[in-house]
Amino acid sequence: MITLSKILILLGALLAVFLQGTLLNMRPLLGAQIDLLPALMVYTALTCGPLMMVALAGAGGLLFDTLSANPPGVSVLPLLLIGALLQPRRDLLLRDQVYAQFVLGLTASAAAPLCAVLLLLTLDQSPLLGWGSLWQWAVVSVAGGGAAPMFYALFGRLNQALGYRPVTESSFRADREIRRGRN
Amino acid sequence: MSKRSYYILVGLAAVLALLMLNLPGPTAVRLKAVLGSVFLPLFGLADGAHRLAEKTGDHLQTKSELIAANAALTRQNQALRLEVVEARALASENERLRQLVNWQKQNRWRVRLARVIYRDPANWWRTLQIDLGTREGLSNDLPVLSPEGFLIGRVLTVNPTKAQVVLVGDPNCKVPAVVEGDVRSQGIIAGGRVFDGSFVELSNLPTHAKVKPGDRVVTSELSRLYPRGIQIGVIAEAPWLAESRLVQEVGVKLSANLGSLEEVWVLFQ
Repeated sequence: MITLSKILILLGALLAVFLQGTLLNMRPLLGAQIDLLPALMVYTALTCGPLMMVALAGAGGLLFDTLSANPPGVSVLPLLLIGALLQPRRDLLLRDQVYAQFVLGLTASAAAPLCAVLLLLTLDQSPLLGWGSLWQWAVVSVAGGGAAPMFYALFGRLNQALGYRPVTESSFRADREIRRGRN
Repeated sequence: MSKRSYYILVGLAAVLALLMLNLPGPTAVRLKAVLGSVFLPLFGLADGAHRLAEKTGDHLQTKSELIAANAALTRQNQALRLEVVEARALASENERLRQLVNWQKQNRWRVRLARVIYRDPANWWRTLQIDLGTREGLSNDLPVLSPEGFLIGRVLTVNPTKAQVVLVGDPNCKVPAVVEGDVRSQGIIAGGRVFDGSFVELSNLPTHAKVKPGDRVVTSELSRLYPRGIQIGVIAEAPWLAESRLVQEVGVKLSANLGSLEEVWVLFQ
């Protein structure tokens, strides 16, 4: 069950990165490309252990950078930062509330591109930035906010459908049954 | 997991990521090529779905539509044949004149069609990936054109099966350009606008340059990467003085629609 959910999350990261550059190309429609990885990191940090969180930051970030012009590793650090900040506090967060999931997804999706751009500028790269970047930032943040509850619902369903169902223990015991009636 | 182990794990991951950021260029490209192979099954699936959709579309066309398309293509073919004959005559005349004045011979460019398979998921880059790589003879810095023949960028990195193309408007794609106005003014296309991908800025124009909206912007003869005379776009606005007040800048509307590219031409020498 645990292994299956971990595999599903890593497959989800792979699919998310692939779809962002192919079918989910939102640039002509919204003027910005949405990023699903921060929202997936929110789900992972709040439902899985630290190893899985680090694995997603490494694998997801590297896969993203592979298909982008980013130097490899630029997307790993922001994801790791988000996961490392959320993971120790997961018991203090109302992680089952859709509102909390939305706010966390929104904050993570706003923080990730900011960290990545700061890293790129530190590395002496010259990303394309301007006033329009503020709009892109807003779109990415809101889309990430919406994606976090969706990941919760999707992975919840998948785990339910593909995982083992917990055995329901009944308190019924045949030898303790009180039989009523004549015989 | 104890707090100490947790911090060690996160710290190790961060150090690894920082090490990766400092990889030398060729190693980073090789690493990307290796990691990119993870996506090969997905690219294969997407390609299969694309072909299936195309085939389904073929079956849905009526015979009358096909006959009409065939007639139009036949007419276009005849017109193009005439143009080819004319172009051949001009090329041979050009060759003779070059020999007469002892001018350097120009190498001919070959073209190869490539399919766009992926667009950059990051908002701060304008790149795309095509399905040709070193196996097909691609190398870095080859010019890339739209199906209509307008310049769209150059090859940035190549691996055996794929290549990344940096598009005009990305800060990493600087193109020396000429405005074909009353005076041929030289400038550099250095960057685009974040929100509107169809606009780029032509900078470093001399202050005396007289450019007006509608003037064609083409690749300059000063470029070592791009053949001269390839159309990039048209001037869309009145020029303005740059912050330094020593040069002018002007907005250029790209002739190619970068948002809807499905196939591109790669030029080989």
